[in-house]
Amino acid sequence: MSLEKNILVKLNNVGIQQNDKWLVKGVSLEVEKGKIVTLIGPNGSGKSTTAKIALGIYKNIEGNVEKFTNNVGYVPQKISIDWTLPLRVKDFMVLTDNIKDELIDVALSLTGVTHLKEKNLGNLSGGEFQRVLLARAISKKPELLVLDEPVQGVDFTGEIALYELIKKISEKLNCGILLISHDLHTVMTATDHVVCLNGHVCCSGSPKDVARNNEYKALFGEQASQTLSVYEHKHDHEHSNDGEIKKN
Amino acid sequence: MFDDFFIRALVAGIGIAFVTGPLGCFVVWRRLSYFGDTLAHSALLGVTIAYTLEFNIAVSIFITSSIIALILVKLEKKTNLPGDALLGLLAHSSLAVGLVAIGFLTFIRFDIMGLLFGDILAVTTDDLLTIWIGGALILLVLRFIWKPLFASTVNYELAEAEGLNPDRAKAIFTILIAAIIAISIKMVGLLLITGMLIIPTAMARNLSDNPQKMVIFSIIGGLLSVFIGLFSSLEFNTPSGPSIVAAALVLFIFSLFKIKQTIQLKN
Repeated sequence: MSLEKNILVKLNNVGIQQNDKWLVKGVSLEVEKGKIVTLIGPNGSGKSTTAKIALGIYKNIEGNVEKFTNNVGYVPQKISIDWTLPLRVKDFMVLTDNIKDELIDVALSLTGVTHLKEKNLGNLSGGEFQRVLLARAISKKPELLVLDEPVQGVDFTGEIALYELIKKISEKLNCGILLISHDLHTVMTATDHVVCLNGHVCCSGSPKDVARNNEYKALFGEQASQTLSVYEHKHDHEHSNDGEIKKN
Repeated sequence: MFDDFFIRALVAGIGIAFVTGPLGCFVVWRRLSYFGDTLAHSALLGVTIAYTLEFNIAVSIFITSSIIALILVKLEKKTNLPGDALLGLLAHSSLAVGLVAIGFLTFIRFDIMGLLFGDILAVTTDDLLTIWIGGALILLVLRFIWKPLFASTVNYELAEAEGLNPDRAKAIFTILIAAIIAISIKMVGLLLITGMLIIPTAMARNLSDNPQKMVIFSIIGGLLSVFIGLFSSLEFNTPSGPSIVAAALVLFIFSLFKIKQTIQLKN
């Protein structure tokens, strides 16, 4: 652990080439304890690549990555389970770590999928699968959480609830989160720091700073910069996954 | 009690089935059947080297297969040939070189049929030791690398990101495949070892809903194949390897009925 600033992972001017083409270049960023850093940018701008560099998945990179923790939780953007490998949700939960059964239950209930514990992964819907992926990543109480579009395919109310959960986790576990998302307006409220990518860092700073940035406007359009308003909508109740109403 | 050749074969087969069960699961999950085949083909080269240098056969096969695996990794990085072409190249060229080398070794009498298809008469008490001690070692190592190997089988990037070192697990697993080929060649024969790895596992997949169950059913399938195969080999005087693999096939066919039922239930 770095002493001065609680830095968990630090990217120093990193880049990676594939077939003589730069996927990303000159990216510097850091994730601190208890902070959420969000990567935004158009398709193919190198968001996932940057996350994988931070995780140490890519080996032949330019620049360097300083990682100060080994307790990492990762939700990849895409994961496909082969039919030949029968895997239940509860087998998947202990994939990289021997997590106690109670903690598995807690994590599954946080993302609202306790009822899927015995189900086969191949039989889950896209949204259910995302919830399981997120539950697995948080169940090991990571210091660093890397979430690559964690709510893709999740229904709208679930999406908001999951983002609130992510925010809560960063506070509760005091873990640093590197988040990739396309949901500009929902995400920005929970984010401490935004990095806007387009093959390189086009701008970065607090959500408000980024929204005012001209390069950001050029990339996402004027509209996006206006919709980057605070999400202040409140419900007086929420639904559990089987549709039951829970009063707040 | 090991005086009887049939008892020896049976004990050898049981030892092999315990190892091919779990290893076979990973071979199927990781789509390595042709890789296993390639290593098995190269075993013939290992046998000829063992005879030429008067060396232990199992050790010689183990080393040759490991070297072939290493060459494959190097070739994959060097050329743009697709993986299956590379596997075919190595499998058949090592088999050919092995057969040519046998042609030169005129001073030794080879039972080529026995090497290709297995021979229960050939199993000695020493072989039993090799199989059981070697097999125990393979299972021990597999247990040790299980977590990273399994996690990276499900998703490599997840395993790498969460610090499990999947590359090391994969390298060790390759060595384990070479080892199981080395210890089981006398029983099953080099053309059919992959069948012993894959068919009981394929049967197990039809009966299982989780990985542990699949490993257990795969072992049971292997054991049953060995029993049925060896008894019919004795009864009908057929070569041991094909008899065992044919028995495994029959079990696989039976398992298809079970899977049809579960699919119908789900829909």
